[in-house]
Parts: sequence; C-alpha cells; structure tokens
Amino acid sequence: MQIDMTVNGRAYSADVEDRTLLVHYLRDHLGLTGTNVGCDTSSCGACTVHIDGQSVKSCTVLAAQVRGADITTIEGMANDEELHPMQEAFRQCHGLQCGYCTPGMVMAATSLLSENPDPSEQEVREGLEGNLCRCTGYHNIVKSVLSVAGGQS
Amino acid sequence: MIPAALKYVEVDSAAAAVAALSEYGDDAKLMAGGHSLIPLMRFRLAAPAVIVDISRMGGLSDIRDAGEHISVGALARHHVVENSELLQAQAPLLAHVASKVGDPSVRHRGTLGGSMAHGDPASDLPAAVLALGGSVVLQGPDGERVVAADDFFTGFLETATAETEIITEIRIPKSSAGWSFQKFNRRAQDWAIVGVAAVLGDDPRVSLINMGPSPMRASAVEAALAGGASMAEAASLATDGTAAPTDLNGDADYRGHLARVFVERALVEAAG
Repeated sequence: MQIDMTVNGRAYSADVEDRTLLVHYLRDHLGLTGTNVGCDTSSCGACTVHIDGQSVKSCTVLAAQVRGADITTIEGMANDEELHPMQEAFRQCHGLQCGYCTPGMVMAATSLLSENPDPSEQEVREGLEGNLCRCTGYHNIVKSVLSVAGGQS
Repeated sequence: MIPAALKYVEVDSAAAAVAALSEYGDDAKLMAGGHSLIPLMRFRLAAPAVIVDISRMGGLSDIRDAGEHISVGALARHHVVENSELLQAQAPLLAHVASKVGDPSVRHRGTLGGSMAHGDPASDLPAAVLALGGSVVLQGPDGERVVAADDFFTGFLETATAETEIITEIRIPKSSAGWSFQKFNRRAQDWAIVGVAAVLGDDPRVSLINMGPSPMRASAVEAALAGGASMAEAASLATDGTAAPTDLNGDADYRGHLARVFVERALVEAAG
C-alpha cells in the first residue's frame, strides 16, 4: 500500500506490503539503520523512535498505522555537526559501552524529559524501564539523562 | 520476525468497523494500539488475513464524567488513562494500574479497549476494571449492549465480544473506597507473575492476575470479607476456585502462595 510520512523533517512516500512494521520501513526502505532491531518482542526498546514526539517501539507498529505522522529517529536528533544535548551527555558521561541500545535509550530519554523535564533518579530509572542495556551500563545512562535534566551537559 | 501477509483496512467510525467485521468475518481482527496483537502476529501465533485499523478513529478516546460513572473511550491509551485527573480523582485504582502496564513506550500506544478485548489473564487492566465493578459497552450490527466486567471474560483470551462487535467504551463506577494494587514480577516491565487488585467498598471486590485462564475475581475472599472474616482468614482463601498456570516463572503452588501473600497485603493496604 502507499504510505506517506514525515521522517526527520523530510517527507517520504513509498509503496510497501501492508504487513510492513515501522522499524523495517525505516531500516530497509529508508536506509535509516540507526534504529536497531533487538529482541523483536516489544521488550528491549532498541527500536524506539518518536511518533509525533512520543517514544514508541517501532517493532510494534505497522507502518500503515502511522501514515501522515511525524517520525523522529536517532538520525534526526543531531543538528548538522552538533550533537543533540542528550547525545552529548551520553558521550560526556560514558553512557554507552557497546552502543547497541544507545539510539533507543536516547529516544526514550528525550521523550521522558519532554513529559517530565526535571525527573528524580528513580523517575529516570522507571522512565527507561522499557529499554534494556545488555552491557548493564545503566548507572552512566541514568547519569547522562540526569545531567541533561539538570542543564549541566 | 515479520507478520504473515495481511490486508490492511482503516475505518473511521465504530459503525464502519462493525461493517468491516461483518464483511470479512473470521479473517478480520480489529487493531487499536496493536501492543497485544502485533507481538502475537510476529510470532505467527495469530495470522489475521485482514487488519481493521481503528487506532485513529475519532471520538472513542475521550474520558468523561457521566454522572454515576466515568466513561473511558475504548481507544484511550494507557498513558492518557494514567494521567487523567478525572480518573485520578474518581477511580484512582484505574489510573494507578495504567501507570504500571509495560513501560512508557508501550503505554504511549496500548489502549484500555485493546487490553480488555485481548482478555489476557496476565494483564493488569482487566483486573482493575473487575475490582472496580466496571462494564464494557459493545457495538454491533444490532446496536449497543452493556456487559458487566464480571461476565465479560469467558475463557483463555476469550471475551463476550461477538465476532461482529467492537468495544466502544469502558464504564468505571466512581469510587472513593480504599484500594490497592499488588503486582509481583522479576523484571521491571514484565507481566505479573501474580497480581491482585482490591477495592474495599460496601461490597468488597478482589481480583486476581494470572491465577487462571482469564482475569478473575477472588470470590471466596470476597465472601469471607462480607461475612466478617479477618483479612488473614480471607486471604487464606485466595486460591479457592483458581487454576493457576505453571510456567518458567513458577508453578501453580508457588503462584498460590504468592496469591495468598499479595491478597493479604492488598487488603491491609486498601483498609489502611
């Protein structure tokens, strides 16, 4: 079917199979491979993107369901050469090890701060509970998010 | 994993959804947030030939004060239910339980109607609706009918919803009674291994998560409380009439133990 949507500020149009999941549309059709496929069971959050500003697991949405929506992926976060403050914070605080979960973590964390700009450490931990880090680097991930929330990045 | 091939149809009203269900019959499945259905489709445990997308239909996601009860549109997402000031004030158990479903990204998509329609014995929201004595409004080819939550869950992933009906609304009686929600799991975002919802109004209501083939009430506990039993005595009856599953998280005996412990905790907290 024909689907149109805005991804990272750019309008895209494509003819895809009706069963196409959003994550596969982003990766395989648009080549935006920064969004990872992790568990494929709606658990790990590696595929987290924003749909109209809210974090969503893109492995659990049909591309057809978000026709006309405004999608942001990790590729849309930096402003040219300048990293998004959350990306910069992950860099400064060593918020990543292998990096696999990082795109999803950044998307979930920015969505969290848009709803709760000044979260406690506990609120950050609970806000990121849908994103798993197999390196178990949660301490520095939480530190990264808190540093942005506190405006210290 | 990729779902089986399907035909995608979007509808813009409950009447159009009913018409689509009538047209495609058994092959069709309604999809709202998709957070119960898409995982099943990826595993090919479900392979509907037609997906009828109701997720962007207007008018079915409002939460409003309807006098005796709060009317929650079937398409109200968990995130909206969780943050609804009306529900926080008039049926706080429902808002609280919505905040415990899955994780924030899941709650941005999942809907109350979808959770009810799926009827999973392990899911949180059906237990809350049962404990609050809510009801479900169904629209079909012959009009509308209201089914009490008590009569709604009929078996494993089965509900009273007919093939050609759509859930349009969930009605939640206003409640200022003491309440509690207990959810036991090992990982933050997991399904409950066992969960309990309790509302101690004039007529105490206690419901159990993952203690049988469908979301269920702890009838023996409720009867004991109504008969003047102590909380400990009532909680000791938590497994009466249950048929807890055995899986990698625990066997039926272990779940029974958890049910007794968490029912007592729920009763104590709700009474406090």
